[in-house]
Amino acid sequence: VSLENTGTTVASTELVARRKWFEGRNLVVLLAVFGLAVMSSARVIADADRLTSSGTIGLGLRLAIPIALAGIGGLYAERSGTVNIGLEGMMVMGTIMAGYFGWQYGPVAALIAGAFGGILAGLLLGMATATFGVNHIVAGFAINIIAPGVARFLANQWFTTPEASALGGSVSNGPPVDGQFPKVSLPVLSSGPDLLGDLEEKGWWLISDAAGILRGLTSDLRLDTIIAVVLIVGTSYLVWHTPFGLRLRAAGEKPGAADSLGVSVIRMRYYGVILSGALAGMGGAVLVFAGANRYQQGQTLGQGYLGLAALVFGNWMPAGTFGGAGVFGYANGIRLSIDASTTVKALILAVGIALALFAVWSIVKRNVHAAVISAIVAVLAFVVYAVVDEINNQFIYMTPYVVTLLVVTLFAQRLRPPAAEGIPYRKGDSL
Amino acid sequence: MSRVLATAKRIMARLGPNVLAPVIAGAVAIAVSSVALLLSGYSPTEAFTAMWKVLDSTESVVGIINQAGWYYVAGVAVAIGFKMGLFNIGADGQYRLGALFAAYFGAKADLPAVLHVLYIVLIAVVVAAAWAAIAGILKVTRGVNEVISTIMLNYIATGLTAWLLNTYFRNRTGGLTAETKLIPESGRIPSLNALVEALGFHFGRGVVLQGYVVLAIFVGVGYYVLLFRSRYGFELRVTGVNPSAAKASGVNPKRMILITIMLSGAVAGLIGMGPLLSDSQYYKYGDQFPLSLGFTGLSLALLGRNNPVGIALAAIVWAAIERATQPLSIIGIPQEIGIILQGSFLLSAVIVFEVFSRRAQEQAIRDAAARAAPRTMGAPA
Repeated sequence: VSLENTGTTVASTELVARRKWFEGRNLVVLLAVFGLAVMSSARVIADADRLTSSGTIGLGLRLAIPIALAGIGGLYAERSGTVNIGLEGMMVMGTIMAGYFGWQYGPVAALIAGAFGGILAGLLLGMATATFGVNHIVAGFAINIIAPGVARFLANQWFTTPEASALGGSVSNGPPVDGQFPKVSLPVLSSGPDLLGDLEEKGWWLISDAAGILRGLTSDLRLDTIIAVVLIVGTSYLVWHTPFGLRLRAAGEKPGAADSLGVSVIRMRYYGVILSGALAGMGGAVLVFAGANRYQQGQTLGQGYLGLAALVFGNWMPAGTFGGAGVFGYANGIRLSIDASTTVKALILAVGIALALFAVWSIVKRNVHAAVISAIVAVLAFVVYAVVDEINNQFIYMTPYVVTLLVVTLFAQRLRPPAAEGIPYRKGDSL
Repeated sequence: MSRVLATAKRIMARLGPNVLAPVIAGAVAIAVSSVALLLSGYSPTEAFTAMWKVLDSTESVVGIINQAGWYYVAGVAVAIGFKMGLFNIGADGQYRLGALFAAYFGAKADLPAVLHVLYIVLIAVVVAAAWAAIAGILKVTRGVNEVISTIMLNYIATGLTAWLLNTYFRNRTGGLTAETKLIPESGRIPSLNALVEALGFHFGRGVVLQGYVVLAIFVGVGYYVLLFRSRYGFELRVTGVNPSAAKASGVNPKRMILITIMLSGAVAGLIGMGPLLSDSQYYKYGDQFPLSLGFTGLSLALLGRNNPVGIALAAIVWAAIERATQPLSIIGIPQEIGIILQGSFLLSAVIVFEVFSRRAQEQAIRDAAARAAPRTMGAPA
C-alpha cells in the first residue's frame, strides 16, 4: 500500500512540476519571446522599422508615464475600497498646480505641487465617500466636474497677471515652465558607444528588435520616468509586503474583518484616496512638462480615465497596470510618430500572425471554439493588411480604446476587483 | 398636540430630501463661491447682484428655457439608467453619434414637413440606442462593467464621428470646415414664437423660443408615465432597489439591463435634436456642435434625483447659472465662478441627499423597533 502511495505522490509531483513550468515567470518569458518573434516578423514583412524601434518604444514609455501614475494612483484608492472615477479631476488639479509652481520654481516644485493639488481632490473624494457615504461613482464624477472649474478659476488668477501675460499666459494657457527634468541614458549600451543602437541598426530578425526595445527603455530616460518606475515598484512592496498594505487591502476586501481587528477602515480609505490623488496629481504634473512645457486647459485629454482603464486592464495589480499604461503609451506613440499608417498596418499584421499561431495551438489543444474565433479574426487582420492602403488617423486614435474594450470583454470573468470596492462602510457594519 | 407634531414631522420628512436638501446645497454652493471670490479679491455681493441683473430680461429667460430643454432631455436619458443602478456615462457618445447620422441622412432626404422631422429623429434614436446596446450586450453576456465600457465607447465614438465627418458625411460643396449639409426647412422643428405672439406676448428682436422645448416636455411626461405608471417601470425600479427581490419575482435581469440601457441611449439620441433641428446657429453637425451634453445630463440626473420635476428644476438652475455668469468678465469678475458654483452645488447636493436618506433609514429602523418592542414585551412568557 505504501509503495503505491509513493508512486502516485511522485507522479503527481511531476505533474505539478510540469504544470508549474508553464506558469509564472517562465510563462511570462515565453510569451515575451513569442511576442517579440511575432513583432519582429511583422516588422520584416511589412518593412516597418518603427514598429520596434527605440524611438517608438521610448516615446511610448514617456507617454505611458502619466497614465501609469494615474493608474497606480487608482490602485491605492480601489485597493482600499474606493472606486476612483475622479482620477481625471485629480490629474487636472495636478496640471494647474504644476503649471504655476513649475513656472515659478521649476520641475521638482511642480511635481510636489501637482501631487498636492491631486491630494486636495482626493480629500474631497474621501470626504464624500468615506465620511458621508456618497456613491463612489457619483462622487468621483463630481470631482471631475469641479476640478476643471477650479483649474480655470486659478488660471484666471495666476496666468492673466501682466507678468504672466507677457510670457504668453492666459486663462487657457500658462507661461512656459522653468527648466526640464534631467535625462539619463544607460552608459555604454545606450549612450556613448551605444552598443544597442548599433545592433538595432543592423535590422536582424529578433535581435535588432530586442535591441531596439531595450534601447528605447534605457536611453534618454527623464527623471519623471524613473520616479514613476520607482513608485510602481514601491507600490508593489508597500501594498503587498508591509502591515500598512495589508490593512489597506483589508479595508477594500473585507472591511468588517479589518474593523474587528482594530483597523480603522475609514482612515485606510482616506489614505487610499490621498495617495491616489498624490500620484494622479503627479501624473498631471508630468503632462505639463512632457508636452507643451506649460499648463494648457484640457491638457489631460481624458488620461485619468485611461489610467482607470489601465488599472482594470491590469487586474488591479501594479505590474499589470503599468503594462496597460504601456499599451496606451505605445499606441499613442505610434500615432504621433512619422508614417504612422505603415506602422499600424504592421501592428495589424502582427496581431494576425499571433492569432493564427494561437488558432493552431488551440487545434492542438482541441479547443475548437477558440480556434475558430481566433482564425476568423486572424484572417480579417490579414485581409485588412492586404487590402487597406492608408489607415485613417482616426482609427489609429481609436486603437487603444478598442484594445481596452476587447481586453475587458475577453477577460472580464478573470478580472477580480477588490471585493468591497464601492460599498460604503460605517463602523460596525458586518461586511 | 402630539398628533400635530407627528404630522409636522411627516411633512418635514417628505419635504426634507426634496426641498430642504437642495436649499442647503444651494446655500453651501453660494458660500463656497463667495469664499473663492473673496480669496481672489472680488466682491461676492457685486458678483451675485450682477448675475441677478443679467437674468432679469426676456432674452435671458427665453435663452435659459431653450438651453434647459436640451439639458433636461440629457438628464432624463441618464436618469433612466440610474433608476436601475446603471451608469450610462456613454450618453455623450451616443447623442453625438446619433446626431451625426441624423444630420447626414436628414439633409439628404426629401420629405414633407412633419414626416421629415420624424425621420431625422428616428435615425438619431436608433443609432444612439444601437451604440448604447453595445455596452448592454457586453454587460449581460460578458459581465463588463458599463462604466468602463461606456467610457471607452465615448472615445471610440469621438474617433468615428471625426472620421465620418471628414470623409463620407462631409459637405463637399461647403467650405474648409468639416461639417454636414444644412437640414432643409422641412426637417426643422418650428419655433414657438408664432404661438407666443398668438397668446399676446411679444419677444424682442432675435429672441427665439425653440420648438424643442415641447419635445423636452413630452420626454418628461413619457419618462414619468413609463417609470411610475407602467409595469416595465415598476420592474425597473424594483431591480434598481433590490435586484435579488426582482429576480425572485420573475424579472429577467439581463433583459431589463439591455432594454434599459437601450432606452437610455434612445433618449440620449434626442439630446442632439435640440441643436440640430431647433437652433438656427446649427441645423448641421460640425466642429462647433455642442459637446459634453451627456456629462451635463449626468450632473442633472444626480441633482434632480432622477425625478422628472427635479431634473427640470436642475436643468433650469444649470442653464441660469451659465447664462448669468457669461457677461461677468465684462465687469472684471472671472466667469469661471459659474463652474465653481455648479460643481460645489453638485457635490454638496449629493452629500446632503445622502445624509438625509441615511437619517430617514435610521428613523425607519427606530420606528420599526419601537413598534415591535411593546408587542414582544407584552407577549406571554
